[in-house]
Amino acid sequence: MSEPGQRLEVASDQDVVRVRQLVRTVAVAVKLSLVDQTKLVTAASELARNTLVYGGGGWAEVETVDNGRRKGIRIVFADEGPGIADLDLALTDGYTTGGGLGLGLSGARRLVDEFDIVTEAGQGTTITITKWCR
Amino acid sequence: MALSTEEASRFAGLLQENEDALIGAWTDRVAETLRGRLSRVELQRQTADLYKAFQQALAGGAAGINRDEAAELRAQLSELSDGRARQGFSANETAVSIFAVKDAVLKVIGDDTAALLSFIKLSSFVDEAALFTFENYTRTREGLIADQAEQLLELSTPVVKLWEGVVAVPLVGTLDSARAQVVMERLLQTLVDTGSPYAIIDITGVPAVDTQVAQHILKTVVAARLMGADCIISGIRPQIAQTIVALGIEFGDIATKATLADALRYVLNKNGARKPRER
Amino acid sequence: MERVPVLKIGDILLVSIQIDMEDQVALQLQEDLADRIVATGCHGVIIDISALDIVDSFVGRTLATIASISRVLDAETVVVGMRPAVAITLVELGLSLPGIRTALNVELGMELLARHRAEEFTDLDELGDEDEADTPAAAAS
Repeated sequence: MSEPGQRLEVASDQDVVRVRQLVRTVAVAVKLSLVDQTKLVTAASELARNTLVYGGGGWAEVETVDNGRRKGIRIVFADEGPGIADLDLALTDGYTTGGGLGLGLSGARRLVDEFDIVTEAGQGTTITITKWCR
Repeated sequence: MALSTEEASRFAGLLQENEDALIGAWTDRVAETLRGRLSRVELQRQTADLYKAFQQALAGGAAGINRDEAAELRAQLSELSDGRARQGFSANETAVSIFAVKDAVLKVIGDDTAALLSFIKLSSFVDEAALFTFENYTRTREGLIADQAEQLLELSTPVVKLWEGVVAVPLVGTLDSARAQVVMERLLQTLVDTGSPYAIIDITGVPAVDTQVAQHILKTVVAARLMGADCIISGIRPQIAQTIVALGIEFGDIATKATLADALRYVLNKNGARKPRER
Repeated sequence: MERVPVLKIGDILLVSIQIDMEDQVALQLQEDLADRIVATGCHGVIIDISALDIVDSFVGRTLATIASISRVLDAETVVVGMRPAVAITLVELGLSLPGIRTALNVELGMELLARHRAEEFTDLDELGDEDEADTPAAAAS
């Protein structure tokens, strides 16, 4: 019963806020628990900011998914930025190149059920996260 | 070995002809296994409804239970199995309600070879119906179990106010990850609702703690701290203390006290230290 | 760009964040607060985040920075009203906000600040009468 996804451009600070609000709306619609909503919106906020700051902008797409047993939300973040050269390092707690806390990627991964990242130096980055209703 | 349309309608005719006798025989057979837990009248009504649905499906030429012609029959079977599951009948008792129709039909079918051959086919049709019922029965039971588990979560997680500014969660029974999570969320919400800066988590009634549950408790303590409240853990059993250490779980600077009373005294002392100044 | 208002109540600056902040707004707040602490000579800052439905690492870091800056300017910061779901998420995220004092609500936050001020002065009053511990808080207001 997946509805077509909604795609938002991520090119400025305001866009990050917009992504957060869209994710929140969809999360409420599929009846995610309050804690899970908060986790998902927080993860989306981290990743949208990464797309903006490290990827030089890109887009985010939010869609509902259904695996037959449970409903969930899938969000894709994509940019055509420099990509990530050392993925293991980037996923380490506390590692940062942008002066942040280094919790964006690693933290976001802990907040969702599924986390998939495709990246290569010079080829941009695509991150797909999924959160299922409990 | 599905029923042909012809055979199906022949059985439909047979069912129609012998309606009263068959319903009677069927009901008797079912009543025997249910041993009076359903009234004869109610059983008779159920059987009659089911009988009609069977007849209708066969008259429509249904070769299998999943055909469109058998839609009404499926609905009847679902209703029956739902009812049986909710009333606490066993799977056996539910399935027999369907299988019994075979015994009843066999008595009126005669004994020539052709009739017996087509009876075998009818028999497999009934088997399908019974399997359908059984599956539905299981699904209903699973739903019931899930509901009950949820109700149990609601029941078993009281957060009580112990003193002005102090709430306590007396945990009783085995903690699984889901329950630990619910308890902890409720505890944090209660801290906000009551404006209590202290929480005591008493685990005297918890027989064992695994890594996951210990992690949940730890995370709650850290979360409470982020919100501006302090947690004290009391009533740790010797075995649990050993597990905690063996698992290498760091309780760090979290206050632990032997009993709930000790924990309360500790909190009141901390509170008391600042009370005189506020006077 | 929206701006988060900073209110002065007695010796305390009160900030109640009611909007979904863009990163720039958060940075602006950080600057505004530093200016106001110096301008007013306040010794306490209370940041009420009860209206925030998420705190991500950026906001978390900004709060920590505000606390550090305030401390340098001799003002203590208390973050109040964090929602349970937000706290649980922060723990999962791995953000423990070290160096930030927290309280459940504004009232408890003010109590915490008053106690902190009082403690600072007790050190001086240690030699004097025990009862005099009451006075600094009163004198400060």
